[in-house]
Amino acid sequence: MKIRLDHVVKTFETFRAVRDVSLTIESGELVALLGPSGSGKTTILRMVAGLEYADGGHIYFGDQDATDIPVRDRGVGFVFQHYALFPHMTVAENIAFGMKVSKVKREKAAIDARVAELLRLVRLEGLGDRFPAQISGGQRQRVALARALAVDPKVLLLDEPFGALDANVRRDLRRWLREIHSELGITTLFVTHDQEEALDLADRVVILKDGHIVQQGTPEEVCRDPQSSFVMKFLGDANVIAAEVRDGKAYASGAAIEVSGLADGKAELYARPADLDWSLQGPGIPASITRVLDRPDGRRVLATAETGEHLEFDVEPERTVKAGDGGFVTLRRAKVFAIG
Amino acid sequence: MKRNVLPGLPLSLGVTLFYVGLIVVLPLAALVFKAASLGPEDYWRIVSSARALASYRVTVLSALGATLFNLFFGLALAWVLMRYRFPGRRIVDAMVDLPFALPTAVAGISLTALFATNGWFGSILDDFGIKVAYTPLGIMIAMCFTSLPFIVRTVQPVLEDLDPALEEAAQSLGGSDWEIFRKVILPLLAPALLAGLSLSFARCLGEFGAIIFIAGNQPMSTEITALLIFIRLEEYDYAAAAAIASVLLLTAFAMLAVTNWMQARALRYTARN
Repeated sequence: MKIRLDHVVKTFETFRAVRDVSLTIESGELVALLGPSGSGKTTILRMVAGLEYADGGHIYFGDQDATDIPVRDRGVGFVFQHYALFPHMTVAENIAFGMKVSKVKREKAAIDARVAELLRLVRLEGLGDRFPAQISGGQRQRVALARALAVDPKVLLLDEPFGALDANVRRDLRRWLREIHSELGITTLFVTHDQEEALDLADRVVILKDGHIVQQGTPEEVCRDPQSSFVMKFLGDANVIAAEVRDGKAYASGAAIEVSGLADGKAELYARPADLDWSLQGPGIPASITRVLDRPDGRRVLATAETGEHLEFDVEPERTVKAGDGGFVTLRRAKVFAIG
Repeated sequence: MKRNVLPGLPLSLGVTLFYVGLIVVLPLAALVFKAASLGPEDYWRIVSSARALASYRVTVLSALGATLFNLFFGLALAWVLMRYRFPGRRIVDAMVDLPFALPTAVAGISLTALFATNGWFGSILDDFGIKVAYTPLGIMIAMCFTSLPFIVRTVQPVLEDLDPALEEAAQSLGGSDWEIFRKVILPLLAPALLAGLSLSFARCLGEFGAIIFIAGNQPMSTEITALLIFIRLEEYDYAAAAAIASVLLLTAFAMLAVTNWMQARALRYTARN
């Protein structure tokens, strides 16, 4: 089901949580709403679900205006951040709940068969008789998903689906959710503040700040071509270096890089740790190494430029660098944004 | 030895156990001992006398009625206090505890004044042919008054901790308000409701001060068991008083046992492997 948000606005008391958001999610797409806390991403998700009503604008499910349809009739599957499993019901009873309260009456045998099918889908066969308190966090998450899928929702909505899990479980579940999505093809919208999660999982990432969309696109588009310094910083570690643009080139103490479409004047140069390198000869930004952090996949070097800026970059594990070394930081690539 | 946060555990353990023994167990034991000083035949004659039986009947039935009323009203009151913000909410919340704080005799006198046939409520009810004062209905009202806080105060914290996401989840799955209340909220409140229920019922069984003013205390119809015990004491018939009291004691014990068992059943989902 295609979902369309048309100039949606939501205000809580005096806080403008969502300001004029328009967004289209194509049928079968897996979209991430990514943003820092307070960016309005959860409010948008809850408005799509019908748990919150928009103050202005419209939400369409297909061609139908769903803005004022209450949550129980909207046909969405919602997975809550802390799962909200019914603690007094077994896993199987939790999954069956939606079918039992449905206006469409089903035979008990049909419900049982569907529960068994869903337990298989989320790989929890044999755990149907357990209570939520008796299973692990990752398993609870999967029960919550099975419960949401049991009502054959038109749209699947997930609020910080992996937020409460530890890193390993998170990675596994992420891959698994992607597989389920390919298998079922259900339109899915999820909220996260974790860039890696959004980039790994989604077909399209919508980046929010202060209640409006700052950029949206495929993971490749937003990573390769961030449109603002906010997106650049939010998507990952970035070094910020003061620069000046002159005649299509940005100069930063000893280093220079080609830029296009920027007027002359003060600017900021953003470079990922992997975009910088270390060299004993110039040209480059003169700097001295303050610390070397060893990591399984390489060495992270912390350096201070002569101009006082702190820089972080990665070198190959074989490189012999140590604190106190002097040299030059060279630029492989960078993004330049005008100040102001 | 493991070091405890609070010092002097053996000492405080000894003191508290001694105190519980002295204040709770010893008097109960004395009661049983006194009752046992009667022979089985005398004991049975006293506890099954027509007047005693009538007093059990009116006490237990009124207590059941009052508890049932408080179950609904107390739940509704707790719900309103927790879920709605309205002016005067805190005052209402504080007033719930009033029956705890008020001397029960004061409650009894004011209820009697209100419900007597010339009182504010009583005169209106009298027009419809309903008599409250000096009838079992009056006993029930006095019991309701004194036991109201139990249900409210046991349900309130559970209601407060209830994750709103549970209701939202049930809604998103298509549940109607009534289904959500019956299948999600009520089962989660059940343990607290049962605890409040048993406390409320026990309090009703033992209530004395608030009732004797409004009940009329006619033997065989509006005489409660607690009063009958008091009358036997006044007659210096300690053994008979103890015998009747032991029946109340047993009833209270049985009630607590049953509700504890039901509570454990209702809470079985919290058990881990």
